Amino acid sequence: MSNKKKLKVATTSLAGCFGCHMSFLDIDERLFTLLDHIEFDRSPLTDIKTCSPDCDIGIIEGGLCNAENVHVLREFRQNCKILIAMGACAINGGLPAQRNHLPLTTILEEVYHTSPGLANGMIPNDPELPLPLNQVHPIHEVVQVDYFIPGCPPSGDAIWKVLTDLLAGREPALGHGLMHYD
Amino acid sequence: MSLTFTLDGKTIPFEDGQTIIQAAGKAGVFIPHLCYHPEFKPHGSCKLCTVKVNGRHTASCTMRAMPGMVVESDTEEINAERRALTQMLFVEGNHFCPSCEKSGNCQLQATAYHLGMMSPHYDHFFPNRPVDASHPEVLLDFNRCILCSLCVRASRDVDGKNVFALSGRGIKTHLIVNARSGQLGDTDFALADKAAQVCPVGVILRKRQGFAVPIGERKYDKAPIAETVTEGK
Repeated sequence: MSNKKKLKVATTSLAGCFGCHMSFLDIDERLFTLLDHIEFDRSPLTDIKTCSPDCDIGIIEGGLCNAENVHVLREFRQNCKILIAMGACAINGGLPAQRNHLPLTTILEEVYHTSPGLANGMIPNDPELPLPLNQVHPIHEVVQVDYFIPGCPPSGDAIWKVLTDLLAGREPALGHGLMHYD
Repeated sequence: MSLTFTLDGKTIPFEDGQTIIQAAGKAGVFIPHLCYHPEFKPHGSCKLCTVKVNGRHTASCTMRAMPGMVVESDTEEINAERRALTQMLFVEGNHFCPSCEKSGNCQLQATAYHLGMMSPHYDHFFPNRPVDASHPEVLLDFNRCILCSLCVRASRDVDGKNVFALSGRGIKTHLIVNARSGQLGDTDFALADKAAQVCPVGVILRKRQGFAVPIGERKYDKAPIAETVTEGK
């Protein structure tokens, strides 16, 4: 293990399914090598709830479907030198964005009110619940994003390639096989 | 003396009447393209095949090769323009590759890989384009249409049926079906038609065939598009 200062890496899942984080874990025993060079800051892996102000890399899974997603994304942008969009949802909205051609009211009414078996159902309105956005947006529509790892999910190898490229000071590049949108 | 021009410094032979992309394809040099298809009259609309001829931009699918032309294609500048065009195609429609049956066999997707498109870059339009499932054997998913007009040309010029057309202008241009109802099920469109085979993206889909080929064995899983598309293949 080198004495070089470890890079701080923060990760989060916004409007995603955590599939990209599962794929991150698919780098398997290379996680130990990675941990020689990085330490995790805010992340579902550490359960730390807010970013340190000096994070080096922020990795975002998922797009923006509610106000809290936007808040968290801005926190990451503010605290991370490099921001990476990981996976289809962060990059183009992905599956959650398939609701975008429907009015939000119609969706909420169908899900909570008019579907069979929902007699007297009501649309949740607790002040603690973040308000949904009218449409789901990819994260680059709200903040500057430095790098993208496409895929649904990106393979562990693709995530490994981008992170090791960055650690080595190279411009990340995914070749044939690692680069896929599905 | 045989006729030649240079493409990125390479000497390309051509026959009188051939376009730049035809001659390049014959010589095994890939020029990215979407609306061009070797079996059809060029449409010149997608502009992906744009090259510089003697320093001026032009579509290589419509420009005839001339002796001594100096053509640039695979340059950082031109590929950046192609990438921007591809990104615009992605944000104008609804291109969600993970849920598309054409993924892995899609020319738009493979071209985006070839051009190193890491993100759509622009703001998404998220248009509302209902699908047409009226035909018993074929589904039309307009969300993915890139207006290449290959189905229009195939149906009109090969099948003699005129099932498809492009309607509207500018950003409102869209693919329509030539039936009073506007539904594919009310036309004489058939699975055996040429028009059913030419869609480069996932608009014209054979029903009950989705995801039959597993990931890893699809066309562009095996080789990048630059190695699979040349003239006559």
